[in-house]
Amino acid sequence: MERVPILKIGDILLVSIQVDMSDQTAIQLQEDLAERIVATGCHGVIIDITALDIVDSFVGRMLSTIASISKVLDAETVVVGMRPAVAITLVELGLSLNGIRTALNVERGMELIAASRADDGDVALGDDEDTETTATP
Amino acid sequence: MAMSAEQGGRLAHLLSQHTDRLTDRWIEIVAGSLRGRLSRAELARQVQELRRAATEAGQQGLQDLADEHGGELRAVLAEISTSRARQGFSATETAISVFALKDALLELMEQEQDAGTLRDFVAYSALIDQMGLFTFETFVRARESLIADQAEQLLELSTPVVKLWEGVVAVPLVGTLDSARAQVVMERLLQTLVDTGSPYAIIDITGVPAVDTQVAQHILKTVVAARLMGADCIISGIRPQIAQTIVALGIEFGDIATKASLADALRHVLRLTGVETASRRVRREA
Repeated sequence: MERVPILKIGDILLVSIQVDMSDQTAIQLQEDLAERIVATGCHGVIIDITALDIVDSFVGRMLSTIASISKVLDAETVVVGMRPAVAITLVELGLSLNGIRTALNVERGMELIAASRADDGDVALGDDEDTETTATP
Repeated sequence: MAMSAEQGGRLAHLLSQHTDRLTDRWIEIVAGSLRGRLSRAELARQVQELRRAATEAGQQGLQDLADEHGGELRAVLAEISTSRARQGFSATETAISVFALKDALLELMEQEQDAGTLRDFVAYSALIDQMGLFTFETFVRARESLIADQAEQLLELSTPVVKLWEGVVAVPLVGTLDSARAQVVMERLLQTLVDTGSPYAIIDITGVPAVDTQVAQHILKTVVAARLMGADCIISGIRPQIAQTIVALGIEFGDIATKASLADALRHVLRLTGVETASRRVRREA
């Protein structure tokens, strides 16, 4: 069975899908990814679909599931490199990738994750200060 | 009335015997109808070629323009007709160039005074009619292909995608947006987004004369497709009447940013990307 490799770059896990997705491959990828997120403590997942000619409802659902799993594990998912033809087909079919953020290429995807982590970081810091101030008295 | 093989031979004989007189008369009649829009040398070349092709076809026993011996003659006719169509002559003028052969032939045959002359002439006349009709058909085909080419060129010309800023591209739409054009625009825009890696696109509809539900649907699809790819679209150039139509038709643009002018849209995008514009800096300092 084919397995999709998961690469770790800094704080981000990069998944580049180069093969046709079957049920088995998709389930394996979800399991592998969940394990890797927990093992590495990464906060961002980039799924590169540049090589995919066809994105059907099956692949769409798989991407949504991966995004949901990652969210539970506190990692942001960004789908990058969707081809124009794929995007047009998805629109014509009326399919939407709910809850998935997208970027044009891997570089933009990494910027997007870095930016949202920075925003989250600010919020988290603010929360900490709040808890500290309330804890002192 | 179809021409017999012997009549074809006699036609070829007639055409080759009185070459000069025939072509001179032929050119004279045609030149009169074209009113000097085609050079005499060019016209003479066309007439000579046509005469040569007709002679050869006659020698081979041509009975009908559509049969196998007519191949060469048809090719010559098609060439002349196509070139005339591209030069902007009318179909009548092209057909007259062929029909003039009838007059030229008649003048020749009047002097011959043979018993079978009338019968022969009617047969030749039928062949020349066929030739004329053939040029007409070719003419129409040439014009149609010309129109198809132009439509395609127009499609290419009217949908440029321009780079406005680092990471910002714009599509100034001009003219009516039908399904075919919308498809071209959508593909071109999305491909440019990928090629340039621009996360922002501005669709400017200043040049679109009317926005109905169909046009809005096309624009919305483009925006949704761009979003799926990870780029954001802004619609600009909405004229007052268009805004009223959009509201009257109940078209919802949802959370898609719409701006009145391209300048506003660019300023909006620059603000999103964090580029400081002069007027804002001044305001902040004040």
